[in-house]
Formats: sequence, C-alpha cells, structure tokens
Amino acid sequence: MADAALGHAPRAGGAGTGLLRRALAGTTLPVLTVIAAILALWYAACIPMNIHGTVNMARAHGFEAVPASRGERRNMGAFELVALNPAAIPHVWSAEKPRLPAPHQVGAEIWRTVALTAPNDPRGLIYHAWVTLSATALGFLIGMGLGILLAIGIVHNRAMDLSVMPWAIASQTIPILAIAPMVIVVLASVGLTGLLPKALIAAYLSFFPVVVGMVKGLRSPDAMQLDLLRTYSASPMQVLLRLRLPASMPYLFTSLKIGAAASLVGTIVGELPTGGAGLGARLLAGSYFGQTIQIWSALFVAAFLAALLVGAIGAVQGATLRRMGMAAR
Amino acid sequence: MHNGTNVHTHEHGHALGAAGDRPAIAAAGVNLTFETADGPVHALKDVNLRVAPGDFVSFIGPSGCGKTTLLRAIAALEHPTGGTLTVNGVSPDEARRARAYGYVFQAAGLYPWRTIAGNIRLPLEIMGYPRSEMAARIDKVLALVELSEFAKKYPWQLSGGMQQRASIARALAFDADILLMDEPFGALDEIVRDRLNEELLSLWARTEKTICFVTHSIPEAVYLSTKIVVMSPRPGRITDVIESPLPKERPLDIRDTPEFIAVAHRVREGLKAGHLDG
Ligand SMILES: Nc1ncnc2c1ncn2[C@@H]1O[C@H](COP(=O)(O)OP(=O)(O)OP(=O)(O)O)[C@@H](O)[C@H]1O
Ligand SMILES: [Mg+2]
Repeated sequence: MADAALGHAPRAGGAGTGLLRRALAGTTLPVLTVIAAILALWYAACIPMNIHGTVNMARAHGFEAVPASRGERRNMGAFELVALNPAAIPHVWSAEKPRLPAPHQVGAEIWRTVALTAPNDPRGLIYHAWVTLSATALGFLIGMGLGILLAIGIVHNRAMDLSVMPWAIASQTIPILAIAPMVIVVLASVGLTGLLPKALIAAYLSFFPVVVGMVKGLRSPDAMQLDLLRTYSASPMQVLLRLRLPASMPYLFTSLKIGAAASLVGTIVGELPTGGAGLGARLLAGSYFGQTIQIWSALFVAAFLAALLVGAIGAVQGATLRRMGMAAR
Repeated sequence: MHNGTNVHTHEHGHALGAAGDRPAIAAAGVNLTFETADGPVHALKDVNLRVAPGDFVSFIGPSGCGKTTLLRAIAALEHPTGGTLTVNGVSPDEARRARAYGYVFQAAGLYPWRTIAGNIRLPLEIMGYPRSEMAARIDKVLALVELSEFAKKYPWQLSGGMQQRASIARALAFDADILLMDEPFGALDEIVRDRLNEELLSLWARTEKTICFVTHSIPEAVYLSTKIVVMSPRPGRITDVIESPLPKERPLDIRDTPEFIAVAHRVREGLKAGHLDG
C-alpha cells in the first residue's frame, strides 16, 4: 500500500516550475512548512494511538509482546506500552484497521478509490463524491435563492421584516443536524428519496447565512445614495437592481461561502441513514466495519469538496468584483 | 428684518420658452417641523421666496439654519408641514416626476462599482433615455466639467475635486432646468474651489439653468449669485434677500472691486443680525 502513495509524486513534479515560482513569490514556503508540521504531528500521534493494536499482532510482526498478557496490556497506558515495545513502532503506520491511519495509508486509499477506480463504480470515491456534490449543489442553490428572495422581501416590506426574521432565527435553533436522519426517514416514508431530501436539509442549513448577509448588504447603501435615486424618481425595482443589489455583492459572497460549507455538512448528515451512496453513507459504512482508513479518506474527499465549493465561489467573487471595479482596493 | 416679501422678480434676459414670468421656485409661508424623540424641531419658519428662471441663488447662514432642509423640500425629499411650495408652477413631487431638477449632494456619492461614465449614465438609464442618445450626452457633460479622459476610470481613481465635478456632470446629463447644489465644494481647498466656481459660472451661462446653491462662504456666495438668501437659525428663517448688482461676466478678480466688497459686507451684516436675534 505504501508504494502506491508514491503515485502522488509525478503530479507534484508536473507542477514543479509553477511551484517554484510561487515559492519565490513567498506564499508556498509557509504553506508547505505548516503542512509538513501537521504531517509530522500526525505520524507521531499514530504511535500511541495504534500501539495496542500493533502489540496485539506482535507474533505476526515477528517480535515478542511485553507484557505477554493481553488483559494486562489493555489496562496499560499507551506511552508505557510504547516504551516496553520499541520493536512495535515501525509497524504502527501499516496496520490494517488502525485507530488512526497514517497519512500515506489514507493517501494510498484515496489514490486507489479515486484514480484507480472508474468514476461510475460505487466502490470508488468519485462516485460517492459526485452523489454528495450534486445534492449539496442543489441544496445550496435552493438555499441561496430562498435566502436572497427572503432578504429582498425583508428589506422591502416592514411586515416581512418583523415576521420573517424571527422565524428565520428560530429555524436555526432546531438542531437539524441531530434530527436530519429522522427527517430523511420520514421523507422516505412519504416517497421522497434520493437527491431531494438531502438537498432540502442542505438548503435548510444554507439559506440562513444568505438571508443575514443579504439583508445587511441590501441595507448597506447610505441615505445619500438612496436620496439620489429618489431625486430621479426611480422605481423600487430600479433601486433594487441599480443600487441595493450591486452594493450587496461583497456581503453576498461572504455568506455564500458560509452557506456552501453548511450545505455540504447538511448533505453528509442527510446521507448517514441512507446506507447507499454518498460520502455520508461511506462514513457510516466505514464506522460499522471499523474501516478507519475508509472513513479518513471519505473525510478528506469531503474536505476537498468543501474547498472546491468555497474556491469556486471565491473565483466568481473575484471575477464579479473585478468587473465591478471593486477588487483593486 | 426682511422676510423675502420685498423681492421683485429678477429680470435676467434668459428666454426660457413657456416659462415666461412663472417663477422657477415659489415659497409662500413655508414651515417645516421635524418630529423628533426630543420634541419638535422647527427647521423652517415662514419662508417666502421667489426664484426666477435663470437665477443663480445662494443660500447662506450658520449651521443648522435649515439650508439643506429648504433645498430638500424643493427637491421633494422633505415635505413642508405648512405653507405652499411650488417648483415650475407645480408641487415639488410633480416637478420631480417631471425631472425638473438635478441634485448635487455635499459628498460626490458616486457609485464605486460604476465608472465615471457609468455613474453619469445612471440617471439616463433610470429615466429611460434611448441608448443611442446616452453616449453623446455623457461625452457632452464630461467635456463640460473637463473630465473627458476619465470616462473609463473608477471613482477611487479620481481626486475629491474631480469626483465632485463628476457628480455635477451626473446632475447635468439629463434635461432638468433647475440645479440644486448643497455645499458641493465644501470639502475642497480654496484653489480648487476657485477653479470650480469659475467653471460653474461659465457652465451656468452656457446652460441657462436655474441654480440653487448652498454655501457657508460669503465670497463664494457673492461671486456666484444673482441673488443671495441669508438665513438664520432657531427657527430657521430667511433674514435678508440681496439682489446682486454685479455684472454677469465675472472674472475672479471681481472680488477686489468695491461693488463686490459692498455686497459681501451686506451679507456679513445680515448674518450678524440673524445671529444676534437668533
Ligand atoms: N431628518 C431630520 N430629523 C430631525 N431634525 C432634522 C432633520 N434634518 C434636519 N434637522 C434639523 O433641522 C435643522 C436644520 O437642519 P439643516 O440640515 O437644514 O441645516 P443646515 O443649514 O443645512 O446646516 P449645515 O450648514 O450644518 O449643513 C437642524 O436643527 C437639524 O437638527
Ligand atoms: Mg446642510
């Protein structure tokens, strides 16, 4: 397995010249240092975390466990056991079902399930990531649309301002993450399965930051900017399109990033009880069978998806604000 | 104390079409009271004023005397609580709907996400001018305020004085025959201010607009105006209206002539009197 991890090497090499240029620009070096520190810490943490399991397999690894009794070892602290069995240390990073898999084990698993498995194969992570991503994207779009519409209503209508905002806040006090599995089961019993129930939970979690951000953004123009449009006898629609919406863009993108991350969490939690496809299902299956490596690779792919979503929004933000002449500041 | 009632219509020689002798702005017994948490604030008391088409009227007075409030009432941004106020013979609201005036605020207030040309296009878009006409109008007013090379720049790329000129161009882009300006040069230094004053005068001569101009500066008011309205606070009211004897052609050094100094003196006396009985 460990040699498969080397599969990353050619990729890194391909980007070599670009990396070098970025390193000279001064951002890559600090980032690489932090990553190296995290990896070192991670490898170190594997020793106490996995020592019990490794010593239990002492015979297979060709050394003698100290102490010999399994019951005695179970009651011992991890560091004490490490001190008594230095011969076990080389093996803590290659256990089959470690408590904490080593980075290269996770890397190898991701390489195997992402690169070496067909994208439409349910044994591969691309398939599951796609299932999760599509539900997240749908939920996020619903949440974003709902959030923007609610914010426009709140800003233009005093009755909505007084009635909707408290409900929106109250809605977020429901621990939706805790009851999401139940919601999925209930929706399934009325025939709603697949993408939509998960997307609904994602939308539920993502609309709120959008409402809050957009209300603030739509209200950000000052009295003078609004008075100016009044002197032109501008209609409320013109005020919205030419002043309130453009002024709210910086606020919108900030809350979209929060909303996208919330959507992903909602989708993954919504997938837990489905037992089928999606990163959430993969996480639950992994914990059923003690497949820690599978859990960790699913986690990393989920984190990658979140980074992808936030990065995509950031790119749209950059392009939009640049077109609006606001990025240069 | 004068109350503005002694003002006769100013003959100015502008032929403004159907306007005839109809005043551009007429206020009769206008009162305006703000209801605030600490009780009512009497911002305007018994204001009587006639502004003829083509006049350049300055409003001068100490802080809080209601200059902005009066200008905003003319623009239908505030509504008088008593008396009658007409703009071009109709109510301020109707006049606004008829696009009777352009308003220049104390700060330029350009939208940061629009270029200078985009900012000037804003009123044209809202008022539904045909696309084909927009470019020509923008070019024309940019040339008028000498900002032609800056059409594609964003507001933050311009100095404060240039931004203020752009905001004047924005108010000139559409066909309003009244220009309301609330301390447009208040934040600028003396030299830039002199230049903009000169430009404003030549612009006024070329466009034949009626201009209402709020200022704190006596020389600025005297240099620019055909009519100077002196106001005093608590409650805000008009204490003197001075018809300027200065000719329409006004080089900057007119400020050293005896006529100019006499008018400035009268404005200063008016301000002092208002301060004493205020
Ligand atoms: N929206 C408002 N609500 C309550 N009071 C107001 C409001 N606007 C103005 N006022 C009060 O009305 C009075 C006149 O204000 P105004 O802004 O017209 O003065 P100004 O002559 O323009 O002063 P400045 O030279 O400082 O700009 C002040 O006492 C002010 O506090
Ligand atoms: Mg004012």
